[in-house]
Amino acid sequence: MGDPSAQSRTPAASAAGPVLVLREVSRSFGGVPAVRPLSIEIPRGRTTVLLGESGSGKSTLLRLMAGLLAADSGEVLLEGAPVTPASGPALRRRMGFGLQSGGLFPHLTAADNVTLLAQALGRPRSWRARRLEELAALVRLEPGVLARWPLELSGGQRQRVSLMRALMLVPAVVLLDEPLGALDPVTRGELQQELLRVFRSLGTTAVLVTHDLDEAAVLGDRVALMREGALVQVGPLEELAAHPADPRVARFLAGWRGGPAR
Amino acid sequence: MSALLLLVLSAAEPGPVRVASKAFTESVIVGELVTDVLQRRGLSAEHLRGLGGTRVVWDALVRGDVDVYPEYTGTLSEEIFAGRVRPDALGPALAAAGIELGPPLGFEDGYALGMREDVADRLGIRRISDLRAHAGLRFGFSNEFVDRADGWRALQKAYGLPQSQVNGLDHELAYRGLRAGALDVVDLYSTDPEIQAERLRVLEDDRHHFPEYRAVLLVRADLERRVPGARAALEALRDRIDAPAMIALNARARLDRVPEVTVAGDFLRSRLGEATATPGPAPPGPARRILGRLGEHLTLVGVSLGLSLLVAIPLGVLAARRRRVGQAVLAAVGVVQTIPSLALLVLMIPLLGIGTKPAIAALFLYGLLPIVRNTHAGLVGIAPDLRESADALGLPPLFRLLRVELPLASPSILAGVKTSAVIAVGTATLGALVGAGGFGQPILTGIRLADTGLLLEGALPAAALALGVEAAFDGLEWVVVPRGLRIRPEEPR
Repeated sequence: MGDPSAQSRTPAASAAGPVLVLREVSRSFGGVPAVRPLSIEIPRGRTTVLLGESGSGKSTLLRLMAGLLAADSGEVLLEGAPVTPASGPALRRRMGFGLQSGGLFPHLTAADNVTLLAQALGRPRSWRARRLEELAALVRLEPGVLARWPLELSGGQRQRVSLMRALMLVPAVVLLDEPLGALDPVTRGELQQELLRVFRSLGTTAVLVTHDLDEAAVLGDRVALMREGALVQVGPLEELAAHPADPRVARFLAGWRGGPAR
Repeated sequence: MSALLLLVLSAAEPGPVRVASKAFTESVIVGELVTDVLQRRGLSAEHLRGLGGTRVVWDALVRGDVDVYPEYTGTLSEEIFAGRVRPDALGPALAAAGIELGPPLGFEDGYALGMREDVADRLGIRRISDLRAHAGLRFGFSNEFVDRADGWRALQKAYGLPQSQVNGLDHELAYRGLRAGALDVVDLYSTDPEIQAERLRVLEDDRHHFPEYRAVLLVRADLERRVPGARAALEALRDRIDAPAMIALNARARLDRVPEVTVAGDFLRSRLGEATATPGPAPPGPARRILGRLGEHLTLVGVSLGLSLLVAIPLGVLAARRRRVGQAVLAAVGVVQTIPSLALLVLMIPLLGIGTKPAIAALFLYGLLPIVRNTHAGLVGIAPDLRESADALGLPPLFRLLRVELPLASPSILAGVKTSAVIAVGTATLGALVGAGGFGQPILTGIRLADTGLLLEGALPAAALALGVEAAFDGLEWVVVPRGLRIRPEEPR
């Protein structure tokens, strides 16, 4: 990793087995199960959306994938390597992570937020500057914004910077927790298109958590529908809508405004 | 850690003769006399004025931080040796501690009981035993007298005194109570100038209860070896001050407010015929005095605060990392904070002697809690999404601490450092009790002499310094706290 030219790989070229494999992974908090034992694979070069209502366990599942939480049972493998909080920071550097708030460090400028890990790893200044420029162009961020402090940025700008940070070292997978959840509807629609374009152009493997059906429809190549800590159904949204696993799935998908043509 | 502390603090000064005195006027005057006599003979001598109570000065002498100080035989037998050594066997007992019972000065300053002359006359009281017939008299004794082995309890038993109304209070206040008629009988020192000034009657100790309090110089046995001629010079004071002379000296200093150094110099010239050989340096003007003390005070605060920072920030980080260790660390530094500062200072003396070392050590310990607590709070208080972002990025641990966590916690840490600094400026005034100088020196002397002007000469600059330090830290916030943290998110774009 770390080779900026890697981003030019096409989805087809890199489609060789899943990036993440979860086997019988579970996690509970204080005896209350948040994720019941489940297995799922995250295919390379595609966007998987974890969809469900609040409390369905989708954010917990994302943190298990990121190695931010330890699983009570089962295992998470990133390209074959087990991921746990104990496996150390090196493995986590191969995953990009983004939060609804952006999670930008307020004491660093936007540019420093993006390049922080590269600085820590001793990447040369010129390399960092070049990469910063590429990414700013990619997410369509005006260059002046990079010199600002996070608290001076709009919500949309913050998400673009957060995405740049996640992509900085060309991660194997990008994990985003409700990245657009705090934005107004117009900005939100804009950024959905941006994410789609960026992911398509880079052939990014992404996992995105949302409770919004429209967002899942726009961004998700594949949707993993969760309810009460369990996976209910996994597949393209159209397929779920056409063949709901149970009446509750059908009811949930009926709320989809841009519903599929039957 | 304590090894490091010792190393930093042990920049030992080479030795002039170190004269000390206890924190009351008579002792300070005698200390000035001793210093002056040494200097007139061409010896280098410095005076640690009003260094502290008996225990502090005695310990300093035994440790070798002090070479000579005036003491009383009764205090030696009753307090220092706690009745284990008979008054006529003091010499050998002192020699065992490496101390020589030096020349007696010629006066006694024993405990006595006193009443207003007019009241005593009216009741017909001349002797302590006469008090038995007047059970309703109100007694007011200095706190030390109430507690001492040879104090009130023993006196009551020896004379069979019936009085039950006994208040412990400050010696100076006792005189005021007597004057106002709120008290009838107080304890006195027999050389108190107030005895004459206030027309008091000293009651005869007709059962010889009080031990002798002959004034003597205590001298370290190794003084002559280190400073040849010093021991012989002290002989100039042998039996040269009788009780009326000492009362007159006390009166000049306490009632006429003449500085002790002048009182002592005049006495040596006029009464002992000492030549005005050494005019001595002119006493520094107020500006120079204050500046000198400011230097001493800032040294105490600066060095101790620096050491506190070096220790407290790592401790705070540790406390934030390991919950259980953290609880223990916070509890431990919290306990240190509860030790009264005076007690902590005195506890330091056996370990570090007198002067700036024990003061810096005590201030260092006091400085820990605010910084440890605020470092811990600042780190623990980092917003969960930022903590998660740092986790997810996979930053190397040290880089993460230095570039993310400590900067985010910096406002809290700086507030802790500010608290420590302001506390240190105030507490450092107590450093004068162990000879550390600073603004506490004029405050202590001012209290001793009831001289408000002198007291303010220490108290006002100390208060101003505390405000200045606070303002300086507010300014420092603009340098230390990253700009991005100072932005108010008032105008979302």
